[in-house]
Amino acid sequence: MSAADVFEVIPSRPPPVATEGVLPWLRRNLFSDWKNTLGTVIILGLLATFLPPLLDWAVVNAVARPDNAACRAIGHAGACWGVIAEKYRLILFGRYPYDEQWRPLVATSLMTVLLVASCYRPFWSRWLIAAWVVVLAAFFVLMMGGVFGLTFVETARWGGFPLTIMLSTIGLATAFPLSVAVALGRRSRMPGIRTLCVLYVELIRGVPLISVLFMASFMFPLFMPAGMTIDVMLRVQVGITLFSAAYLAEVVRGGLQALPRGQIEAAQSLGLSYWQTTRKVVLPQSLRLVVPAIMNTFIGTFKDTSLVTIVSLYDLTGALQLALGDSDWRKFFLEGQLFVAGVYFVCCFAMSRYSKWIERHLNTGTRRN
Amino acid sequence: MQATAPIIEFSRVNKWYGQFHALRDIDLSVARGERIVICGPSGSGKSTLIRCINRLEEHEQGVLKVDGVELTDDLKAIETIRREVGMVFQQFNLFPHLTVLENLTLAPMWVGKMPKREAEERAMQQLVRVKIPEQASKYPLQLSGGQQQRVAIARALCLTPKIMLFDEPTSALDPEMIKEVLDVMFELANQGITMLCVTHEMGFARSAADRVVFMDQGQIVEQNTPTEFFGHPRNERTKDFLSKILAH
Repeated sequence: MSAADVFEVIPSRPPPVATEGVLPWLRRNLFSDWKNTLGTVIILGLLATFLPPLLDWAVVNAVARPDNAACRAIGHAGACWGVIAEKYRLILFGRYPYDEQWRPLVATSLMTVLLVASCYRPFWSRWLIAAWVVVLAAFFVLMMGGVFGLTFVETARWGGFPLTIMLSTIGLATAFPLSVAVALGRRSRMPGIRTLCVLYVELIRGVPLISVLFMASFMFPLFMPAGMTIDVMLRVQVGITLFSAAYLAEVVRGGLQALPRGQIEAAQSLGLSYWQTTRKVVLPQSLRLVVPAIMNTFIGTFKDTSLVTIVSLYDLTGALQLALGDSDWRKFFLEGQLFVAGVYFVCCFAMSRYSKWIERHLNTGTRRN
Repeated sequence: MQATAPIIEFSRVNKWYGQFHALRDIDLSVARGERIVICGPSGSGKSTLIRCINRLEEHEQGVLKVDGVELTDDLKAIETIRREVGMVFQQFNLFPHLTVLENLTLAPMWVGKMPKREAEERAMQQLVRVKIPEQASKYPLQLSGGQQQRVAIARALCLTPKIMLFDEPTSALDPEMIKEVLDVMFELANQGITMLCVTHEMGFARSAADRVVFMDQGQIVEQNTPTEFFGHPRNERTKDFLSKILAH
């Protein structure tokens, strides 16, 4: 071909088809060279050593019936899932009156359904906020009772999964807006506001959640005027909110700092005020930058609610301790712990997957194609 | 207001970045409808100068009046001025999370309190003006650099500003896209809007500007009509600068 040849467009062709099938895949991914092969063999060896005994224990020899004698007979050879069959209501609902446990069940189901619905972006509208107001009201009416012929149940008896869900949902829902305000405050031009926000974040981050919960439940009442009390549940809820808001604020601030200065200048040059710029240009971009980190904090907070056992509230892990207080079943704490861990895992894994999904959906436009 | 009064007036304006004296005793008055090109070596204060006009930078000494309003810390006055002054940036600064149309309607709807439909109609008119109405529903990052810059011009025009500021609008563009942006700027220049343009496009300066302002080390060193400026530069710094950028 000489340099003077006429330019001709080469028609686009499909990319080369990858070699498919099981064997080529195995060779490419598991046995490509001796190092890879060695790794594969070691992992297979470990699986062969540890998987069969685990399966024997968890499945083959396990007792699923709530049969205490059978469980004791099997000893360490098999798991006693019977402890869960026997105690699941105590683990899930704590000390809530046994006959009334349909109430936390309905309340928690309502809240869970709405939580899942809230994850779906087309539902994000004013109606969703209205739905939340209604569901939260229904949640507290059902849990607390005292109206509509429901017997009154004091907050001290609330427990188990409903408590975990309530503390984390309300905690995060209130902590998130607070954290955005604090993050913006830390970047404020006004020294008073800036100092206040820095103090708040540094103070809260400087102490463990356990201390915050202790202060909320034991120290705070000391400063209240005589005769005035605030429900311990509320105090603990506020403690969790303040604690996670401090962490979230730092995450949000990271997002704010990652936004190029030119974006704010462009908004300002169009005459947008500070709040318009923040709401329409800064936050939509900064927040989607930090979705994974926000979800990380959410998951952390969800699990941290288990620390409320320290101030005698029986969340999921606390209720398990209650259930294991029965001397007949105390021996089978491991199975109980695995069950509770499983519940936590399902929730956290769902949050993690959701984070991935929402990140992709929010990023339309910021990617090419 | 008399029609003959200058629309922008700098009197002995000074600005520092820390110890660095960025603008030194700037005196500049711009007539309504005047088209000014500002050039000079990098770091000479060109961008700082035009960014003072819509208060993206604050001047520390001297008086700066835009359309009869003096720029001070008064936020209301600043927001009023910003509504009358459109700005186009080197890096486009489109909002990547909004579509082209949403980029254009944002300010009219929120600053101008215009109903959505009217804002969209006006946005489409501006997109026609910059010749890319077909891109309205795309996101900025799906467009080429030249298209993005034209969207940015259209966005600035949506509030029907009296003054347009261009801060090196073609410096971040590939050579083959510079022309499409300059074409749009030419058309604007012929429609009587007041324009201040920081650029190194000397062809544009020659044919579209009423006046060329040359800056060096924070000062206005020389200003003249394009013909005189390019034909008979008087200051040594100007001659030196022109010899460098017109060498090829």
